[in-house]
Formats: sequence, structure tokens, C-alpha cells
Amino acid sequence: MTRRTQRVVKVLAFLGALIPLVLLIQAFVSGELLLTEPVKNIQHRTGIAALILLLVTLTATPLRRLTGWNDAIKFRRMLGLFAFFYASLHVFSYFVFDQELSPTAIAADVVEHPWVLLGLTAFVLLIPLAVTSTTGWIRRLGGQRWQRLHQLIYVSAAAAVLHFLWLVKLDKREPVIYAIVLIALLSARLAYLRRERRHRAKRPPGRVAARTA
Amino acid sequence: MSFRRSIKIPTSEITEEKLYWTRRDFLSATGGAAGLALAGGIPGGDLVASLAAGQDDKLTPYEAVTTYNNFYEFGTGKDDPAKNAHTLKPKPWTVEIAGEVGKPGSYDLDDIVKPYKLEERVYRMRCVEGWSMVIPWLGFPLKDLIARLEPTSKAKFVEFTTLLDPTQMPGQRRRVLEWPYVEGLRIDEAMHPLTLLVTGLYGKELPNQNGAPIRLVVPWKYGFKGIKSIVRIRFTETMPRNSWNVAIPHEYGFYANVNPEVDHPRWSQAKERRIGEFFKRKTLMLNGYADEVGHLYAGMDLRANY
Repeated sequence: MTRRTQRVVKVLAFLGALIPLVLLIQAFVSGELLLTEPVKNIQHRTGIAALILLLVTLTATPLRRLTGWNDAIKFRRMLGLFAFFYASLHVFSYFVFDQELSPTAIAADVVEHPWVLLGLTAFVLLIPLAVTSTTGWIRRLGGQRWQRLHQLIYVSAAAAVLHFLWLVKLDKREPVIYAIVLIALLSARLAYLRRERRHRAKRPPGRVAARTA
Repeated sequence: MSFRRSIKIPTSEITEEKLYWTRRDFLSATGGAAGLALAGGIPGGDLVASLAAGQDDKLTPYEAVTTYNNFYEFGTGKDDPAKNAHTLKPKPWTVEIAGEVGKPGSYDLDDIVKPYKLEERVYRMRCVEGWSMVIPWLGFPLKDLIARLEPTSKAKFVEFTTLLDPTQMPGQRRRVLEWPYVEGLRIDEAMHPLTLLVTGLYGKELPNQNGAPIRLVVPWKYGFKGIKSIVRIRFTETMPRNSWNVAIPHEYGFYANVNPEVDHPRWSQAKERRIGEFFKRKTLMLNGYADEVGHLYAGMDLRANY
């Protein structure tokens, strides 16, 4: 892929990741958002956006392995940061509108509702990843340590999916779809790891490709 | 009957919501209190009561009132009733009057409503789920109908029943609740001047999703007490069953009075979110109608009688 097409794809990915925000603003301006349940509406939209982007971020590596399209990895940071951005809006609206920034109310809610704890866990785990997403931090931590730290995204994504699955009471079809996608993405990684281990056993050391989990 | 004829006016003459709001500024500013003035006939009483309530109670837009509904007979989603209730045929409609009453029988709805001058009442509506609206209802006091029907001395309670017809109410094909929906009131609650039989809202005929053609509105109780599409009113000596109490007895009682101090087992009732708003507001004792109806529950343990 040439530098130019790479840039075009990156701009498209950037714009794509902005769509949920644009739709949210549009719903606000049109008044649709404010008609009945603005807070629930914001929370649902931002939560879904964060989850989708988290899963898209997790798609980069399997896609690269499957297609040999190595540049797929180059959009990962941007998409991951967008996931963090929507997750932040999601948590912000919960803190401000639902709990009015009351620590006791939040603590009570967390203790009472396991899905709230899961959601907060998913968000908190993303914070160090967003902070250390810069090239400077990769250098400072060293590739391997950085990579190990960023494996937290698996835990975060799993917590986010469980959070959604648990909080939906009646119609679980939507969260189930996300759970299936996540399981598929994680099994692709497991399958790859297993194959790689088999290969490593056969091949002489030194020829093993760098792992990007 | 007068109301039905009166609403058959050209659409050009139907007040637009915006105009309605300006005309109703006085009422909308006073929220539920306006109904009181009508009920009690206290001159200027609405203004006084609204100051006492100290809350800003703007009318919930017509579009929200008619697209955000709990009416499980048409599905459990909030937008389901607006989508599905077109199958309901509110005309013609018969209401059966039964039980401990001097004038039982099957009445055509027109005959039930005819004698009354429909009045507008702006009431707060608090759902047990924690959200609320302010709605300008159109109706008449239930007590006027009860007086006309001459209940016997054994009539201690009134039971209401919703239509049972899965072809008109597709939600009844799934047993999410025991159908038909039933509700009840103590006779003194039913006779209270705030208790309303409603046939319209926002000056228009009641939309199907809001319980056409006739429903109950009891503003100091949680919304589920306001049974919709009523086909039977029965006077009884013993406390009638009510659907949500039958479904989940430890969560929903017979009285279902709005009470910020008695939590639902799964959530707090101290606050509520007015539809269309971001921040929650404090829930008022008996939904802000404590001065008017508090005496009905004097000496009762409201924690036990939830």
C-alpha cells in the first residue's frame, strides 16, 4: 500500500469513527435526543460506539494475519483512542447525570449492580492504555513490556461485553452479537498462538516472527 | 355525546401544541396544582399550590406523551404501544358495570360519558420505574359516575378491567402479565375529587396508546394504577386483585402511592427523571398531592401498605 492510499484509508477510518459523535450531535440539534430519555440515549449511543471501536481495534491483528495486509496495524492506535473517547463520554454521562458526582451514590450503585462494576473496570483498564499509546511511551516501556501492558485490552473488552450482556434485561440479542464477535476475535488469536507454538518447536530459534498479539 | 361531537372539528381548528402551550402558560406553570383549582374550585388556588410545590412543572410535549408509553398489551418496549396500538378499535365501546351497585349493566361508552362536562386537569404522572411526565388530561371525576351508579353499602372497593382481545391487543399473546389487566381502588380513593376518568389529552381524543377510549388517572399513585382501555367497573366488598401485585407481590402493592421514602426493592424512589430532562429531581410525597389526599392514609403504615 502506498503512503497515499494509506493516508486516505486513515482519513476514512477517522471519519468513520466520528460517525457516532456526528449522529449524537444531530440527534441533539434535531431535538430527538431530548424528547424522552436524553441520558439513556446518550449512554446507549456512546456505549455502543465504544464497544464497536474496541472490537474493531481488536480486529487489526487477525486481519493482518489473515490477509497479510500489514498496514492494518497502523490504524489501531487511532481507533483505540476513539474507543476510549466514547467510553469516556459514556462514563461521564453516568457520573454526572445519573449519580450527580456523588461518590457515595456511585459506590452504592457499584456494590449493588455487578454490571456497573464491570463497566467501570472496562473503562479504568483503558486509561493506562490510552496514556501509553504514544510512540514515546512505547520506547520508554520497551516493545515487549508495552505489549504485555496492552494485552489489558482483552480484559477490558471482555468486561465491556459482559457489562452490556448483564445490564440488558429483556432482549439480549444485541449484546449477544457483541459477545460472539469478541469470542471469535479472541479464538482467532488463540488458534494463531497454538499454531505459532507448533511452528516454533519445528523451526530453529531466531527465525520466529515477532509476535504482535 | 357532546365531547365526541365537539372534537369532530376541522384539523385547522385543532390547537397546535405550541399555541396550546402559550395559552396554557398559566396552567403549565402550575402543573398538577391547576387540577386542584378545578377540582376544588378555589379561586387562584392553583397559583398558591404551585408556589408551595416549588417545582417547575412544564407540560411534557404531546409527542413524548404519545410515543413513550407502558402499555404491555401492545408490547413491552416504550415505543411499542405507539407502533402497535392501531389495531385497537375504541369505537364502539361498551363498559360493563357490575357488583355491589344499584344500576348494573352494559353501558355504551357514550352513555357513560354524556352527562359530564369534560374538564382539563394538568397532573404530574410518576411511573414506578422512576420517570415522570406532566400531562393535560381531559376527563371527569370518577366520583360523579360512581354517584350516578348508586353503589350499595357493601361497595368498599372498585375493580377495573382492561379489554381482553389478543387480536386487538397483540401483546396479550405473550403472557408477560396475567391478562386481562386489572386494577383497583378503595372506594374513598375512587370517590376523591382528584381521581379522574379520562377520555382525552392535550384537548384531543385519547390516542390508542394512551388507553383509548377511557382510562383511569390517579395522580398521587404510580402510573400502573392508571388502568387503560377499561371495559368493566365492578364494585366489591373485598380488596380486588391488581395485575402487578399478582405478578410480583413483594415489589408492587395494592396502594402503589408515590412515596419517596419507600424504595422499590430494586431501586430508590427518592428521585425521578422528568421525561426530556438530564438531571433527576426529588420525588414528592404522594406525588405532590399530599395536602389533598394525605388524610386517606392517616394512621396507615405506608411501608407495609406499599
